[in-house]
Amino acid sequence: MGTTSTKILSQVDEGEMVSVVSVYGGRGLRNRLTAMGLLPKSQIRVVRNGGRGPFVISIKNLRIALGRGVADKIMVM
Amino acid sequence: MMDDKLRKITVALAGNPNSGKTSVFNMLTGARHHVANYPGTTVEMKQAYCNHNGFRITFVDLPGAYGLNALSSEELVARNFIIYEKPDVVVNVIDSSNVERNLYLTTQLIEIHVPLVLAFNMSDVARRQGILFDTDRLSSLLEAPIVPTVANKAEGRLKLLDAIVSVAGAGRKPRTHRITYGDEIEKALSQIEPLIISEHPGLAAGYDPRWVSLKLIEQDGDILSKIQGRKLIDSVNDAVAALKAIFGDDPEVIIADKRYGFISGACQETVKTTVELRHTTSDLADAVLTHRILGLPIFLLLMYLVFYLTFTVAAYPMVWLEQFFGWLSALLASIWPPDSVNWLRSMLIDGVIPGVGGILVFLPNILILFLAIAVLEDSGYMARAAFIMDSLMHRIGLHGKSFIPMLIGFGCSVPAIMATRILENRRSRFTTIMVLPLMSCGARLTIYGLLIPAFFPHNWRGPVLWLVYLTGIVLAVVAAKILRLTIFRGETADFVMELPPYRVPTIKSILTHTWIRGWMYLKKAGTIILAFSIILWAAMNYPKLGEKSFVDLSPDQIQQAKLANSFIGRLGRAIEPAIKPLGFDWKIGTALIGATPAKELFVSQLGIIYAVSSHDDSGAIPTLRSHLQADYSPLVGFCIMLFCLISSPCVATAAVTRSETGSWRWAMLQFFSLTALGYIVTLAVYQIGKLIIP
Repeated sequence: MGTTSTKILSQVDEGEMVSVVSVYGGRGLRNRLTAMGLLPKSQIRVVRNGGRGPFVISIKNLRIALGRGVADKIMVM
Repeated sequence: MMDDKLRKITVALAGNPNSGKTSVFNMLTGARHHVANYPGTTVEMKQAYCNHNGFRITFVDLPGAYGLNALSSEELVARNFIIYEKPDVVVNVIDSSNVERNLYLTTQLIEIHVPLVLAFNMSDVARRQGILFDTDRLSSLLEAPIVPTVANKAEGRLKLLDAIVSVAGAGRKPRTHRITYGDEIEKALSQIEPLIISEHPGLAAGYDPRWVSLKLIEQDGDILSKIQGRKLIDSVNDAVAALKAIFGDDPEVIIADKRYGFISGACQETVKTTVELRHTTSDLADAVLTHRILGLPIFLLLMYLVFYLTFTVAAYPMVWLEQFFGWLSALLASIWPPDSVNWLRSMLIDGVIPGVGGILVFLPNILILFLAIAVLEDSGYMARAAFIMDSLMHRIGLHGKSFIPMLIGFGCSVPAIMATRILENRRSRFTTIMVLPLMSCGARLTIYGLLIPAFFPHNWRGPVLWLVYLTGIVLAVVAAKILRLTIFRGETADFVMELPPYRVPTIKSILTHTWIRGWMYLKKAGTIILAFSIILWAAMNYPKLGEKSFVDLSPDQIQQAKLANSFIGRLGRAIEPAIKPLGFDWKIGTALIGATPAKELFVSQLGIIYAVSSHDDSGAIPTLRSHLQADYSPLVGFCIMLFCLISSPCVATAAVTRSETGSWRWAMLQFFSLTALGYIVTLAVYQIGKLIIP
């Protein structure tokens, strides 16, 4: 298995589909994200990655707005 | 054959937020619910019942939850209710257009072994999106009947009730399809289970041992706090460490993954989407409404519209209500002879009607505000608004979601404080509750409505009103910042919020939501204000003066003298030295004291103090205004409004603060610190104003 480039979610362009690798942060945050379907290997699509608006992702037909650096704490590839 | 003990059934309703759980609750019970507290907590629980086929079914609405995690207080409450209160059936409300994510909670319910009925709600939306379910197969995999419902159109009610009755009759059965967590975890579970049974037999009797071991491996705080056996604790720690080493991640993540695996597997065979939706209309709407440049102006415009409607449209019904209460007083005064049971007559005409009438006059105003908020919430816009506000809110240490209760606070603090439940972070929530009364509520509007036209010329009135509101907001921001740097110090929770798709709200749902909050305002009128109107009336009328003191005085002057002699009058005089630096005198002091239970009482108090009888025609208020104008300067008028804005939130607010925070400590802190703040700010404004203004 060659080196796969993992990046921070906030660096992913709009419309791209990525796979979650890991989530950094407290258990509170991770549990919330998990319950909403965001855990390692989930497929998510970036709906909005705007300068000032919310960072919006789509997981299985569900839209979630992430803010305040949450998108910086999620590693994807 | 009907078993006698089945005549009563208890059902708990569980489901994700936004799944339409409340609509299902209302559909089943007719929205006549009774509110109590979850046993041993301060969290409110909605309960109602209905009769079906000879059964009395009691429904309890559990808090919305994405899972049953101990870390979220609402989820823990839901979990504990199911485990301890042992409802006969749990109805899991599922958003059919989001099945996979909604089933996460279901898997946890399955793990607790409750008899389940799945209500696949919003099935019309799912159908429109082209999602098809093989209900029979899915139902057998999940071992629970599935009933499609469209709760906001009341479809599926009877089938759901039938399913509940039949599941209740069957009782708890062992499951054939268990969720397995992979060899490694299963091995750990099998090692821990016997230790639970041996070291904590009591625990094993109340909970399922397999479930307890699962929770221990997940390091569930609540369950961990219940075990002490040394061997058990060591065994759990070893297992967790070992699993971490194998998987490179916390066991709870793996377990969550397995749950989703189970869901995936079940759905793969039974859920088919025929249409791949990539660009829904919601996204298009969001592109505009949360546009990086347009988003904020659009938001501000909508807020302006909300307040404009509240103040102008409501004006008409308000005038009618004022006239109605005036007429009511006059009617009572004329048909009730003054000498029979005079104290009761006086109490009603001078106490109850002005007191309660004063708050009811504001009902149109408040209802319209709540209506506007309900439309914004139900359409889905509020979630976006919370996001737009988040960057601002975060800078003062609050969460974007705090914006919603604050908006409601402009109507009435009581439902606003209850709305802070949407904040999961305790510190954010408490800070919001503490500063909420600074969002000038509908009650204070009565005071501005009296004072502004008295002291300010026409062109100034709008700006002055706006200035008062703005001051409240600015102070709230400053106070929140200070609180977050001192007693409520800590990180703000990260912003993670579901964005439901935009939808056109149904008239029924808007009216229901408006009514629920409006009802709280009315209850405040019916209870606290009624009680205090009577107490105040007593404090104003006793101790009584002897008849001989009334020689040569006009009826109005007599009333003035009586007031000065009464308990409240004396109290007002006593505090006069303290409030003189603010430009106030004993008359204002008395009115302020009278307004402590409810701000609306300020106006009626002043009316009595100036011997302008409240059961006059509509000439009473203008007359009162001219009295005030004669006695005080516009600066003092403004200071009165400032003081009323900031200090002593009403009794209802204090009561709700206590119940939402769980102790009187916070309610008292809120009351006294706001009053102190009000004193200081008003003092500063008055003293500086005296120097500046010629």
